[in-house]
Amino acid sequence: MLSEYLTSEMISFKESAENWEEAIKIASQPLLEQQFIEKEYIDTMISNVKEFGPYIVMVPGFAMPHARPENGVNKLGVSLLILGKETLFNDEKAASVFLVLAATDPESHLALLSELSSLLSNEENVARLAAARSESEVFTILKEESK
Amino acid sequence: MKILVVCGNGLGSSFMMSMNVQKAMKELNMEGTCSHTDLASAKTENADYYIGAPEIMDQLNDGNRKIISLVNMFSMDEIKKALTTHVLEGR
Repeated sequence: MLSEYLTSEMISFKESAENWEEAIKIASQPLLEQQFIEKEYIDTMISNVKEFGPYIVMVPGFAMPHARPENGVNKLGVSLLILGKETLFNDEKAASVFLVLAATDPESHLALLSELSSLLSNEENVARLAAARSESEVFTILKEESK
Repeated sequence: MKILVVCGNGLGSSFMMSMNVQKAMKELNMEGTCSHTDLASAKTENADYYIGAPEIMDQLNDGNRKIISLVNMFSMDEIKKALTTHVLEGR
């Protein structure tokens, strides 16, 4: 399921990002280019973090930036950015893996999230994702999980 | 007993967290329901316990609500420990 959405053009790698805002922008770029989302969606994800705090860092090292469907989503999609170096959100929270979620309604993405949830409940998987340096390494981790 | 899992938007993180909380409740043989919602709705919805990320819980904490903050919402150990201390032992 996750691997159907997370195609190679949705995955990017970078050594570091200047700050978390930049990381969210880079991570969302493929979704924007493929017109899954409008620019408004990226701005809203960033302002959500400013408003609610970095709760999108769900597991130490792993962030899932997202906003609501009405904030500019055209099509259900996910994109992934893996940084070589962690970006700080505040004194306590940092992430190097950014999975952007763009949902079109409250239900259609839930199967995708359940798969992601079982992936993240194993801390080893998060460490392996953070260490991945190629699309094929990411695909291997996703495939193992969906078995 | 009703447990409400809360996040900023109510469509992503809280759903994933609620699956883990339900799993933990089952493993601890706890009776009750667990649902998920966004921060704005949580302010008007009654529950015995509210669970979420520390940033979200800070905004929900009015001194009357029983809140439980989770740092790693996917760590079954942390969830079970939190449920045990807060709910089962009532601390």
